[in-house]
Amino acid sequence: MKDGVNGVALAVFIFFFLAVTVIGFMAARWRKAENEASLDEWGLGGRSFGTWVTWFLLGGDLYTAYTFVAVPAAIYAAGAAGFFAVPYTILVYPLIFTFLPRLWSVSHKHGYVTTSDFVRGRFGSKGLSLAVALTGILATMPYIALQLVGIQAVLDVMGVGGGETTHWFIKDLPLLIAFAVLAAYTYSSGLRAPALIAFVKDGLIYLVIAVAIIYIPIKLGGFDDIFAKASEAFSAKNEAAGKPVAGLVPGEMGQWGYATLALGSALALFMYPHSITATLSSRSREVIRRNTTILPLYSLMLGLLALLGFMAIAAGVKVDNGQLAIPQLFENMFPDWFAGVAFAAIGIGALVPAAIMSIAAANLFTRNIYKDFIKPDATPAQETKVSKLVSLLVKVGALVFVLTMDKTVAINFQLLGGIWILQTMPALVGGLFTRWFHRWALIAGWAVGMLYGTVAAYGVASPTQKHFGGSSKEIPGIGEIGYIGLTAFVLNVVVVVVLTFVLNAVKAPAGVDETSPGDYTADVGDPGVKAELPPATVGAPGGGH
Amino acid sequence: MTEENDAKPPVVTPARVVIALCLIAPFVAMLWVGSYAKVEPTFVGIPFFYWYQMLWVLLSTALTMVAYKLWQRDQRAQRARKGGASA
Repeated sequence: MKDGVNGVALAVFIFFFLAVTVIGFMAARWRKAENEASLDEWGLGGRSFGTWVTWFLLGGDLYTAYTFVAVPAAIYAAGAAGFFAVPYTILVYPLIFTFLPRLWSVSHKHGYVTTSDFVRGRFGSKGLSLAVALTGILATMPYIALQLVGIQAVLDVMGVGGGETTHWFIKDLPLLIAFAVLAAYTYSSGLRAPALIAFVKDGLIYLVIAVAIIYIPIKLGGFDDIFAKASEAFSAKNEAAGKPVAGLVPGEMGQWGYATLALGSALALFMYPHSITATLSSRSREVIRRNTTILPLYSLMLGLLALLGFMAIAAGVKVDNGQLAIPQLFENMFPDWFAGVAFAAIGIGALVPAAIMSIAAANLFTRNIYKDFIKPDATPAQETKVSKLVSLLVKVGALVFVLTMDKTVAINFQLLGGIWILQTMPALVGGLFTRWFHRWALIAGWAVGMLYGTVAAYGVASPTQKHFGGSSKEIPGIGEIGYIGLTAFVLNVVVVVVLTFVLNAVKAPAGVDETSPGDYTADVGDPGVKAELPPATVGAPGGGH
Repeated sequence: MTEENDAKPPVVTPARVVIALCLIAPFVAMLWVGSYAKVEPTFVGIPFFYWYQMLWVLLSTALTMVAYKLWQRDQRAQRARKGGASA
């Protein structure tokens, strides 16, 4: 790392950051509706977004700063194994195509804001809904923390992170400022802020990737040289470790791990509250399906981005903390001003998802804990107020997490979060297609999956960590190394199916289903469904100003 | 699926089979890691393992697009059959 502050890069970074801040506050006035005090407005942008806004929002949401830093970092460290992110995002789209339009329809019909709302309505079980809500909040918090870690990595490379001797307040001041700004405009503009900022973020990211993927290989002598150098580096690494830890292609041993990680991550992605929030904010069913045909553009970008990891090796970037590999590559290869653009892309790339995630977690708390358990007669205006406050709290929590604990703690929890969130799938996706599953069986399956996943992940050791050293472990009964989340999910489903048979046989009370089959295919244009939001969210007392 | 349609059109139609195949194909291709875990042949210096998966981004996009078009047509036909009556 160079000594001192990179002034030009920092100036460019601050310029973009200020621009985004202005946009964030102005967003409150964008497509404004009369009923601004309802949670549909603040938390779902009025459910009004069309194909392109949804595309930017989902892209800005799913491909986070952490993704940009972590995926190439994984390639930098281990080679092929880190590339699983590409098949993972390929598999996501057929899944979205199949189940999200149904969720959109039923949510639109009944005014559901969160996945837990749906689960409660479908299975008539507040307990199950609470389990889903808590899992969502738990899984989202460390994710927000990781976004702040992404900003920190960029600030470090620019030289504004300060050294070890700097006073902690000075050292963390840039992060605190970035954070305060983020919190303020999310509070005032809700989901509209990240939706608008996502345009800037993705524009910058595409620009940086396009330049990087052409400019850096030319400077490094082409892909032949890059991969030859990477191959040498991996061989040296394997020799030093005495076993294959890195390579250009996954070995026989790593293939199960690669496939299960791709599949498990794909299944988990749309269980995350922030993905659902972005989806439910779209205007119609069609918007979602049409998006599955244009979202893969991001996967292509992700693939190219991953290749930067090899370039970092070939360029001789040496960092102890793998997270710094890509920012450092940019700093070394690009002229200062363009490095500034690249850093701004990563920094803003952290703000968009952090905003959406905090909104999603806040919605979960408000709808499924506050309204269901604390104040059942809350008005939409009160709901919105609570949501706004909780979105602040969630972000402060994430900040405290990042500032007080070791970074690896955030990464461990994010890893656990992925395993946990996958355990809500039987209730959510199962519930979208059938009412056969019993609500108690779903709770039991969830508990088993959570327990197994946590214990198994705790037991994974790595050269640097005794616990939570990774997300893969031997699959019981098969003997191959596979993703823990997926194993836990299979266990979860087995428990659900077996217990459903038992509970149905003894005629345990199944709970009231407030949805009907037609709700799952309803669309805006259909007769009788036209913008028909339930009274709870439209024109309620206290809702209009 | 437990849905019942008034008109009782066949649930499995050739178009729907094609849609299902389009959506399943990426899973088969991507989860069969052994089929593409190799370096040769390279493309502009990029090992097969990487460019093949990037190619599948495009292939799966095309397949999803086909599925989307077929589904739209299927839905329109179903609505026409119902003669505009509400479901």
